[in-house]
Amino acid sequence: MIKVENLHKSFGDLEVLKGVNEHIKKGEVVAVIGPSGGGKSTFLRCLNLLETPTEGSIIFEGVDITKEKTNLDKHRQKMGMVFQHFNVFPHMTVLENITMAPVLLKKKTKREAEEMACKLLERVGLLDKKYEYPRRLSGGQKQRLAIVRALAMEPDVMLFDEPTSALDPEMVGEVLQVIKDLVNEGITAVIVTHEMGFAKEVADRVLFMEGGIIAESGTPDQVFNHPQNPRTKEFLGKVLY
Amino acid sequence: MFSDIVSNTFAVLNKYGNIFIEGTFVTLQYSAVAVAGGVIFGLLLALMRRSKFKPLSFLAGAYIEFVRGTPILLQLYFFYFWVAEQIPMLGESKFWQIAVALICNSAAYVSEIFRAGIDAVDHGQMEAARCLGLSERQAMFKVVIPQAVKNILPALCNEFIMMIKETSLASTFFAHEIMTKYKIINGATYLVIEPLIIIAVIYFVLTFTLSKLVAVIERRMSTSD
Repeated sequence: MIKVENLHKSFGDLEVLKGVNEHIKKGEVVAVIGPSGGGKSTFLRCLNLLETPTEGSIIFEGVDITKEKTNLDKHRQKMGMVFQHFNVFPHMTVLENITMAPVLLKKKTKREAEEMACKLLERVGLLDKKYEYPRRLSGGQKQRLAIVRALAMEPDVMLFDEPTSALDPEMVGEVLQVIKDLVNEGITAVIVTHEMGFAKEVADRVLFMEGGIIAESGTPDQVFNHPQNPRTKEFLGKVLY
Repeated sequence: MFSDIVSNTFAVLNKYGNIFIEGTFVTLQYSAVAVAGGVIFGLLLALMRRSKFKPLSFLAGAYIEFVRGTPILLQLYFFYFWVAEQIPMLGESKFWQIAVALICNSAAYVSEIFRAGIDAVDHGQMEAARCLGLSERQAMFKVVIPQAVKNILPALCNEFIMMIKETSLASTFFAHEIMTKYKIINGATYLVIEPLIIIAVIYFVLTFTLSKLVAVIERRMSTSD
């Protein structure tokens, strides 16, 4: 589904990604772990070209999107993204947050979009908040809203950029549960996370990124229980989970 | 001595009250036209400054820096004597010639208000909108600008208040706003302090009430997000 070839990204003199090759298949859930500054978020943000790669290509559903600037918006409609800081739209109600994009981009009529939004909201337990503004929501609720907003575009793949890092500890669980439910339904997802237990539980494959490359990749069992790379061992030894 | 001033002030007010009222309206007209024109050309400048076409953004930036870095009285001379001359449409209308000079000044400040208002919206908002598949233009108009308006509106009102005070400089060209009226009354009565007190009160009442109004608008807006 997404094929990454020889991906490089520099910010000025700082080379953050130093040649990443990866193939994310349909239906696969990939967790990306590793120390801060290792390039995890940049890698994820390159997948939908929020960051423009300095070199290399991203092939999404057979099309090299790094060479296809004109249709980029179309491709992005098929890649949902969830941010660390939610980025919900504060000037819209919960319902408007969800229906704005599908209606504006003519994927659905207003009515269809609202019906679907209500179904999705019910699933994440926010239906009673549909006419509220985001300032009335807790962090966990905002993040669930952000997930629903992305799902409303019916994307082929979901990208999660540290979805629980900005949450109060007691709210982490509710957001992880929503993601787990999605995974059980068979979505394709790439999840950058610091929640090792969560990565171990939901991922089909785990990537350990360090120093701008994928230092180790394998099933959760391989990476967490039998890491081959000494850096992976060192990193996992330092984090509690 | 002091009681003389008070009684003279009321005498002046009694005799020339209408002239001051007239001047107040002219001042408000100048300020409103300057800010309205400033909004139109300021938006243009702000868009030019954001343009990816470098010469255009350089030109806008240079203009803004020039206006911000020189005294307004200097600009009034320059725009009134030179720029307004180049616009035949204005004809002999002194009001519009001076208005153009004020607009030229206001546009630069207003464009900075727009820029700051847009920059103050968290960059994540634009990213989130683009990730949903919105084009840059759609994201700008649906997500960023509605949020920027909240920052921009109070600042625009403040610009209007500033303008009320700055129009007094247009009295250099006898623009018939409040300060000009002062000069007229001063010339007719040879009184210095008394008419000055009157116009000070007028300016103060105008700006003070308006700034209180801005505070109310600001409070309203902060509760609505």
